[in-house]
Amino acid sequence: MAEGIKDKVAIIGMGCTKFGELWDKSPEDLIVEAFQETVEDAGIDKKDIQAAWLGSHLDDISIGRGVIVFSMALKLPFIPATRTENFCATGTEALRGACYAVASGAYDIVLALGVEKLKDVGYAGLPESGNLNMEGTLGRFTSPARTAPGAYAMMATAYFAKYGLSPEDGKRTLAKISSKSHHNGTLSPKAHLRREVSVEDVMKAPIIAWPLGLYDCCGVSDGAAAAIVTRADMAKNFRPDPVYVKALQIAASSGEELLYTDYDYAHVETTYRAGIAAYREAGIKNPREEINMMETHDCFSINELTQYEDLGISPRGRANEDVDAGFFNLDGKIPNEVDGGLKCFGHPIGASGLRMVYEMYKQLQGKAGPRQLKDPKIGLTHNMGGTPPSCVVAVGIVGL
Amino acid sequence: MAIGITSYGAYVPWNRLGPGTNGWTARTERAVASFDEDSITMAVAAAINCLDGLPRQDVGALYLASTTPPYKEKSNAATVSVAADLPFETLSMDFADSLRAGTAALQAAIDAVKGGSAKQVLLVAADMRVPQPRSEFEPVFGDGAAALLIGNSEVAVHLEDSCAVSHEMLDVWRAVGDAFVRTWEDRFVIEEGYLKILPQVISKLLDKNKLGPKDISKAIFYAPDSRRHREMAKKLGFAETQVQDPLFSTVGNTGTAFAPMMLIAALEQAKAGDRILLANYGNGADAFLFRVTEEIEAIRNRRGIQAYIESKRILPDYETYAVWRGLIDKAPPTRRPSLRTPSPSAMHREESKNLRFYGSKCKRCGYPQYPPQRVCTRCHAKDEFEDYRFSDKKAKVFTYTHDRLGPTLDPPLVVSVIDFDGGGRMFGIMTDRDADKIEIGMPLEMTFRKFYTSEGIHNYYWKCMPVRA
Repeated sequence: MAEGIKDKVAIIGMGCTKFGELWDKSPEDLIVEAFQETVEDAGIDKKDIQAAWLGSHLDDISIGRGVIVFSMALKLPFIPATRTENFCATGTEALRGACYAVASGAYDIVLALGVEKLKDVGYAGLPESGNLNMEGTLGRFTSPARTAPGAYAMMATAYFAKYGLSPEDGKRTLAKISSKSHHNGTLSPKAHLRREVSVEDVMKAPIIAWPLGLYDCCGVSDGAAAAIVTRADMAKNFRPDPVYVKALQIAASSGEELLYTDYDYAHVETTYRAGIAAYREAGIKNPREEINMMETHDCFSINELTQYEDLGISPRGRANEDVDAGFFNLDGKIPNEVDGGLKCFGHPIGASGLRMVYEMYKQLQGKAGPRQLKDPKIGLTHNMGGTPPSCVVAVGIVGL
Repeated sequence: MAIGITSYGAYVPWNRLGPGTNGWTARTERAVASFDEDSITMAVAAAINCLDGLPRQDVGALYLASTTPPYKEKSNAATVSVAADLPFETLSMDFADSLRAGTAALQAAIDAVKGGSAKQVLLVAADMRVPQPRSEFEPVFGDGAAALLIGNSEVAVHLEDSCAVSHEMLDVWRAVGDAFVRTWEDRFVIEEGYLKILPQVISKLLDKNKLGPKDISKAIFYAPDSRRHREMAKKLGFAETQVQDPLFSTVGNTGTAFAPMMLIAALEQAKAGDRILLANYGNGADAFLFRVTEEIEAIRNRRGIQAYIESKRILPDYETYAVWRGLIDKAPPTRRPSLRTPSPSAMHREESKNLRFYGSKCKRCGYPQYPPQRVCTRCHAKDEFEDYRFSDKKAKVFTYTHDRLGPTLDPPLVVSVIDFDGGGRMFGIMTDRDADKIEIGMPLEMTFRKFYTSEGIHNYYWKCMPVRA
């Protein structure tokens, strides 16, 4: 009888490079740097690693397809290595591969690493759907101009209309979310963007896709992050403060959200479903009371707003009240984007899911420095790839 | 047996160059196809208007006439045929290379029905000729399309007689490799060509039928511009009230589509008993004598010229038009990756979905969905669906945004999610819209457009737009 992954796997080491416009760092440089910090943190030797999962998204640039660039950069000794990809949820997907490998009993010590060299593409943000190959050959015919900000901006329009927010009030709510993350970014030495940005700055910024302006959209960055995982009953052999995986769930869109007319385009169904599955797996009954901190997928401010509701923390249509009350601020009840989030830390696609876990891991071990929260016990990561009605969402829960 | 026009449809693009356009020096207004239109897309619009409410599977042939087809060796008629959702058993034929191609196709259509090779022929004429900037043609050339359904039952406009002459002369031409129309000296072109030949074929036809100018209710004839049109009317002996307004100051000279479009404009006002003369010119001339029947009332509701004339946007500047036509290689507003070529084998596989715009309708619960689904998204019935065409369905805006990042030659890019009347929802790129006037719930229609061209391969698909008329 399948029981899920709760408390079967522990993270004993993690590493994360600085994220940013790292023109002088190759994908191999980033891989090596993240890997080095990870094995030092775990206190293991490379030869102890029995299998590896790589996460990277772009395939005609960055590190290409397959694992060869990765396995050769690290000179992994002919061990099993798998490349996995699931859009912007790739990082968590790599961690999933590693965790299930350990939980299955096939391996004891496994590496998960995510990396992306996004700044090699030569333009701002991700390519639009005709090039992004979200729908393979089909995308080129039917929606060659659907950009990421465009797809999410439509969620903002629908959300404002559904819950009666005026364009000004709606945009201001989004602005508060971004401003909060920017403040956290100033306390986050490895983050890409480290500057305070006021609500007024956000409101006045140039529009990318209405209502999303420049400061409603996350940083476009290079970076890598990694983790070493092992069996829960072996973890204390490596360190006194391992972090245990309580849940690791992914939900993929069924298509009902786009093809039904009942979809309100004001929430993300996959976040909702992955959240429920993760809470069930981790044994969490009341997320608003039991989750201490989060890193959710804030590629655009409207995402974060809907995530509060979809993850069952704020009531539907009223997340703005929690935003106004500072509920998700660093000094709030459930700090979100503690390290600045995608917004400020940046979003090298393959690495982001692991970077989220890195922050939760450091917080749980009391090593988050200027951002350290008081006695956190349970952290949630939320990692999403695609567009609101057609996406994949990963929700992970880690704790002591 | 009466043979003639049983239905009609036309199309005039939304965008206009006119006195409000910065950099436009003429006093005329003319219709210009948008960056996402070409002769094929305009032909599809006219064809679908013509076939409104009629069973598509009964059309036996489609003739496409154009001097500006997107492909030089590949049937453009085949593309129009599929987008208009005509059956596989259709004779699709391309008429090209002459301003008279539209009326030559008309004669061929009449003959096909008369000869029995088809019960109905859909003939479509479309043109998008690019005049050389600041030439004498620039104030005059326009873009547009017209479609006529020719049949032998319930004939609304009966063809009584026709005749044609062929005339070899280099008066107005484009050779392979020429970007713009070229002409010889105007005196030669007009005196030895237009003014000499066109009246001959008209006289021939009228004399043969023992008719004079006063017997004609409406005369529609080609002219290169409004001055020559007035001159010809006078020469032919028609009074101003008898002559169909050639719309040179609102639509323009639409090349091969001109004669059929002006015919449709005339038919929109015609009543039973009217006698109509249509004459066209281009390396020869042809003339047709029509008699309008009572059946004209049954097709009064077709979208012809009237429906589109007032629905327009005056382009803010000449530069926009010049960029659309590739006359200026302007830097794009944002740096974006170049679009990759679509795969012809994949395009072929997706023809029904992408060009015919078929979704599926679940036989069990009746829910229409696009893209077509083998497993119904509502009741999960597997492989219990029938084809459901969305191209002629109306829709409403569910949500939208102005995307200033996405590539478009008519910024801002408006992307939307649209709900179809009767069921079904899809992601839609919106074209021919006033970006500041979009609202949730706004009514939309679908329009066949060229999404982009990559390495010479044109990618066609459907966009949504605010209802034109």
